[in-house]
Amino acid sequence: MPQGFSGKDSNEVSVDAIRKGEVTIDDVRIHPDTLEHQATVAGEHGNAQLAANFRRAAELTRMTDEYVLSLYDALRPGRSTHDTLLEYARDLEAAGAPLNAELFRQAASAYQRRGLTAQ
Amino acid sequence: MSEVIGRFRFMNEQRVNLDGFATPDANLGLIAFDSPHDPQPSLTLHNGVVIEMDGKTSDDFDTIDQFIALHGLDLAIAEEAMAIDSLRFARDLVDMNVSRASLVRLAAGMTPAKLAQVLSQLNAAELVIAMTKMRARSTPSNQAHVTNRSDDPLLLAADAATAAAFGFREIETTVPVLGDAPSNAVAVSIGAAVGSPGMLVQCSVEEATELALGMRGLVSYAETVSLYGTEQIFVDGDDTPWSKAFLTSAYASRGIKMRVTSGGGSEALMGGSEKCSMFYLEARCVSLARAMGAQGVQNGGIDAASVAGSVPGGVRSLMAENVMVMLRNLEACTGNDALMSESEVRRTSRTHPIFIAGSDFICSGFGSIQRYDNMFGPSNWNSEDIDDFLAMQRDWGVDAGLRTATERDVAALRRRATEAVTAVYSWLGLGDFSSEWAEQAIDAAGSKDVPDADLMLPLSASRTIVDTDVTMLDVIAALAENGFDIEAERCLDMLKARVQGDYLQTAAIFDESMNVLSLITDPNTYAGPGTGYRPSPERQEVIDTIRQQQSVSDIRAEQHSYATHNIVATGTAHISHDPRDVVIGVSPATGKDIWRTLSGLSVAEVLHEFMAGLEEEGCIGRIVRINDTVDLGMIGLTAARMSGSGISIGLQAKGTALIHRRDLAPLANLELYSVAPSLNRELYRQMGINAGRHAKGATPEPMRNPYSDEAIEARYHTKVVGLVAIERDCSSDTAPETMEVR
Repeated sequence: MPQGFSGKDSNEVSVDAIRKGEVTIDDVRIHPDTLEHQATVAGEHGNAQLAANFRRAAELTRMTDEYVLSLYDALRPGRSTHDTLLEYARDLEAAGAPLNAELFRQAASAYQRRGLTAQ
Repeated sequence: MSEVIGRFRFMNEQRVNLDGFATPDANLGLIAFDSPHDPQPSLTLHNGVVIEMDGKTSDDFDTIDQFIALHGLDLAIAEEAMAIDSLRFARDLVDMNVSRASLVRLAAGMTPAKLAQVLSQLNAAELVIAMTKMRARSTPSNQAHVTNRSDDPLLLAADAATAAAFGFREIETTVPVLGDAPSNAVAVSIGAAVGSPGMLVQCSVEEATELALGMRGLVSYAETVSLYGTEQIFVDGDDTPWSKAFLTSAYASRGIKMRVTSGGGSEALMGGSEKCSMFYLEARCVSLARAMGAQGVQNGGIDAASVAGSVPGGVRSLMAENVMVMLRNLEACTGNDALMSESEVRRTSRTHPIFIAGSDFICSGFGSIQRYDNMFGPSNWNSEDIDDFLAMQRDWGVDAGLRTATERDVAALRRRATEAVTAVYSWLGLGDFSSEWAEQAIDAAGSKDVPDADLMLPLSASRTIVDTDVTMLDVIAALAENGFDIEAERCLDMLKARVQGDYLQTAAIFDESMNVLSLITDPNTYAGPGTGYRPSPERQEVIDTIRQQQSVSDIRAEQHSYATHNIVATGTAHISHDPRDVVIGVSPATGKDIWRTLSGLSVAEVLHEFMAGLEEEGCIGRIVRINDTVDLGMIGLTAARMSGSGISIGLQAKGTALIHRRDLAPLANLELYSVAPSLNRELYRQMGINAGRHAKGATPEPMRNPYSDEAIEARYHTKVVGLVAIERDCSSDTAPETMEVR
């Protein structure tokens, strides 16, 4: 059993511990190392894109739900200017999320060319 | 006004003519395959970058092209893959000597137009073989819709438990009222946990809301992440390939399984097909799904299945879409959800090849509830059809994911599900349910049977879930505090599965022992007869043993329950010389083991009618049991030879009857009632009258066999076999006996 995001071993997470209030949602959230492992497995089974997705996901594990939801919203059509998207990319780079930063840079370029940036 | 002849008036009234059938029109996207505007496959690389794809240079790429070009192609093999002759590759798809792995490897380098060109070559039979061979997971499965008009948490939970009992491994719910979503997610998760370990649950709502539910642990997978094949429709859906790719990663970042949704016809339906065929646009969606890193795709028409169904080859294109997903090495959730025809025949035909081939999920939404309660709209298969589906599995020996459930088990699960929801909602302050409401939900076949449901409760429960930040941990604690330990453990197991992450891999489901079955752990190894998925003997028995099946001992017991013992033998029968004498020869089980005919009349009632009919004609009926044959002709002939008039009536206790004469061959007769299930007292009386007239040397007007357009044989043949076996057991060398009806 791997550990949860908090570092707690899954074996220590029991119904009894939940009743006693000793378990947080971070104890039952996936750890980035586990996603890295799943990425390796996906790559070995002929799906490099699924592997890449798991690696982007590993970066997002460290971010709050609210921030992740706000990043999603920023990528929806017409929500962000070209510069805003690049700002997000810089923030993500600084936050140790280079793969997601690259996604935002690509989006900035594609959205500008296709008229999908905020006016 | 009757210019249309009767034959066509009659045909026009048939239900299939409620369906819309479109004249193909490429300009509107109303074309299944090969629009003249579809591009020819092409790919040009320069310095390891795609600079041209499917007839467009990179400057002209829309966001879909661009995302596929950046992420979707294995460039190391793309040139090799694009150079392969499409027809040859199509043949390899159905060649059992060519491995799935080699096909998947090459398909990774194929552009959307290339994939469309390959798969449009397969005819229906070839699609069945290709699907059998190419799907990711070996073990087939099925997904249920569980919804209702009132978002009733008790009914949702009871129906979720019921769906699990019938074998579904995934449950998708949604809401008529968006604000009810959190309550629905909780209720269905609890009900699913009552039904079985390892049930995957999703609540299909707007993308951000659905993700938020997942983050709280209240659902365990997501599916309604929609892709479209043209940029305009994609953007109209308020997303881009980048936002959807990010969403895909967001789900994985919380350890939540996710697949995307696409399906032919949606772009045409929304007026944005760019004159391309449905199949080519779907090829773009499938390529994009892979490019984004989604593990699977729900496609095969989905909401626009009836648009595809309206054009020539459209239904074939829906299945070809599914095979394309499999060829891209992704999980295939193969449509068969939205009801695509008013015709029972067409909707069955639409599903049947996929049903035979098997897929990761045969239906991406079998309506396990009644049609009217399906808040996605009626499915192609609904609770009205569960027994049909189970019978089809049994007919073909096919595992399409479902299994028989007993009334007793389902009743107990429904009770426990409502009790668990009642306890959790009360414990968490989400709401209280009356006992009348609960009893109605347990018994209900649908929400119309739950008049006491409070429509406001789901909304206020949902608000409380959001305001007080209820997560699955709180639900688990509430279950445990109220004695639902098993369900608490099952819900916890689903949270732990997210920590483990194995169910994020392609085509993952859980079996009932919480083992992950996926591309990784349960890969499809089909390579011709005797290989690949075959139901285990235990599983085959489950498929075969539907609750309606009857054995001879069941039929014997049923007859025993009707036994009145009022037909008795009084001694050895003699030959009469009285010209008024008409013998009624009865079969060996009469008065012993068979008491009721197939029409539901008692054997005694039938004999009374014969006697009365004969009496009307001034004849004397005499009942004689012929013990040494079960053959009706021989019974009749033997009786005729004992009869003073030379005329007899022969009766098998199951109700088949004839009039015989002593000089005829055994298999000849004067008149015959062959359709025992449709006979009534009047008809038996008429046979008595006619026998009397024959005895007097007259030529009566022949009796008419009743005729019906129902499948009488299908209904009764099983019973006939059993009843004949009982007759045979009763036959002996005992001489004919006089019988009396008391």
